[in-house]
Amino acid sequence: MTAPAAPTVRITDSTLRDGSHAMRHRFSVEQVRATVAALDRAGVPVIEVTHGDGLGGSSFTYGFSSTDELELVAAAADEARRAKIAVLLLPGVGTADDLRAAWDAGASVARIATHCSEANIAIQHFAVARELGFETVGFLMMAHMLGPDSLARQAAVMADAGAQCVYVTDSAGALVLDEAAERVAALADAIGPNIQVGFHGHNNLALGVANSVLAYRAGARQIDGATAALGAGAGNSPTEVLAAVFERLGVPTGIELDAILAAAEEIVRPYMHHTPVADRPSVVMGYAGVYSSFLLHARRAAERYGVPAHEMLAEAGRRRLVGGQEDLLIDIALSLANGRTAGINGSATPAR
Amino acid sequence: MTAFTPTAAIVGTGNIGTDLMVKLGRSRALELRYVVGIDPESEGLAKARDAGYEASPTGVGWLLKRKEQPDIIFEATSATAHVANAPLYEAAGIQAVDLTPAALGPFVVPVVNLVENADAPNVNLITCGGQATIPIVSAVSSVTEVPYAEIVAAIASRSAGLGTRANIDEFTRTTARGIELVGGAAKGKAIIVLNPAEPPLIMRDTVFCALPPEVDRDAVSGAIASMVSRVQHYVPGYRLKADPQFDDPRPEWDGLGRVTVLIEVEGNGDYLPPYAGNLDIMTAAAAKVGDDIATAKGVAMSVAP
Repeated sequence: MTAPAAPTVRITDSTLRDGSHAMRHRFSVEQVRATVAALDRAGVPVIEVTHGDGLGGSSFTYGFSSTDELELVAAAADEARRAKIAVLLLPGVGTADDLRAAWDAGASVARIATHCSEANIAIQHFAVARELGFETVGFLMMAHMLGPDSLARQAAVMADAGAQCVYVTDSAGALVLDEAAERVAALADAIGPNIQVGFHGHNNLALGVANSVLAYRAGARQIDGATAALGAGAGNSPTEVLAAVFERLGVPTGIELDAILAAAEEIVRPYMHHTPVADRPSVVMGYAGVYSSFLLHARRAAERYGVPAHEMLAEAGRRRLVGGQEDLLIDIALSLANGRTAGINGSATPAR
Repeated sequence: MTAFTPTAAIVGTGNIGTDLMVKLGRSRALELRYVVGIDPESEGLAKARDAGYEASPTGVGWLLKRKEQPDIIFEATSATAHVANAPLYEAAGIQAVDLTPAALGPFVVPVVNLVENADAPNVNLITCGGQATIPIVSAVSSVTEVPYAEIVAAIASRSAGLGTRANIDEFTRTTARGIELVGGAAKGKAIIVLNPAEPPLIMRDTVFCALPPEVDRDAVSGAIASMVSRVQHYVPGYRLKADPQFDDPRPEWDGLGRVTVLIEVEGNGDYLPPYAGNLDIMTAAAAKVGDDIATAKGVAMSVAP
């Protein structure tokens, strides 16, 4: 028997972070332990555990965590035998203090996320993360909003600040095939080969896995998935499907297919509140380029104000809202309920 | 007897200092006399000279050697610079209004707590998000207990300078503290979002306050409306986008209810573009603090023997 080939692509499973959106930030210690144990057994090399909106995300705006995320991180770190535990931080939501606390709780990969054009707000956080000893990953969110060259310049800002990998983060699930590949190639050209490139996909247009394969072929060496697709919007690229597809392509991931399929079927699906699918609001998000975690907030506001969620999300796209602006969904719901139609830039062009 | 008009200096000739110069030029309570920078080429210094102020690119050293010292200095540099300058101002007996995040003096929001801090040698204006949202938290906490308040400030990317970007944690920490110390919430949280949309978006702020279940919603709405009109006296572009929105108590909010207040801050367009309401509300607050302090000083001097 030959030893399994060394992985040429590293999968990070974000079920316990991106999936936190779909779970309304109500993961329990038991669910986290069971998930980490199963993913770790399957050979998933990195497992992300944080509030959906990153460290410090527990709030009115994004939803309060039912269990303190640091308690979940500590449980995950305790449970993992081989896997590294990652945390997400959005500067402006959480602070460097949260990174220090996550390090103390046992996390060893810091993923630091900004809107794709605002990389320089994360410079201090990369410095702190590296100083603490974290492996560092930069996340350029809503990557569909910048062209490949501009996105690559932002990736270089993160690389210069200390990122060891920079992701093309398709937060809206809006990138269509070549659009994903071109961005990954531009980043690989600008910051590779010493700094890796990653890809984080969503299934709003049902392209998470296809985009991930193209991203790999364009030079990405880190790819995100979520077990059973449990993530914001229509969910992420399912980790178990990534494992199967990459295996069929002859690209080793180090993940054992039977074990990850078992984790999806026996551990994750039973606790899911809903199955993320490309339904009407999710496709609108992918089509209009809307941050995927807006979905459940829009549904809630839609219910309260009696307006359709998909119309709210289309308006969020017209207003060019970025990740973190969930608060303005209330504003959109009120505008729609009052029958006022905002201009293409919404509040940016007030009546005088 | 002629009325005494206190004099003022602006230190820092960037966007903030230059916008403040335009606002102080309209003041009848104080006389802007000096404008000091460190860049001889700066547009702000040229504008200051054109407007007839004594201007120098040689910094605070030059200012403190003037025979007639200003009564009030507005610091529009950086936190680091203000930490170095503040002791010099205090030794010279000059009151400082600090627009940087240095946070040496007491936090001040003019409509909330200037009166009790008007004599402090150094007052700090917290952050733009703080100036925009703390009045609302304070209004709510004037009629009910506020166990928790949270704000989201969204600003145009083009209005966020390199200093803000390099120290974004200072914004979240300082604003959260201001929500507690000045706003009166037991616990505060602040979030800032930069949005690069073109044309740039006007500053938006959302304030969430947790409310006891038995709260009098009309009293809360009334306090908010009256506070908004008080802020509008010095920030004309400050407005509610909708009536306050009340949510019933929820188990996941520890059995508390919530009020949501949606605000827009359009700048006055003095030197900075109108979308930069975040910068405008800082200079407007500084000018308001300057006016009130100067008026108090003027009155004190007029009645002195």
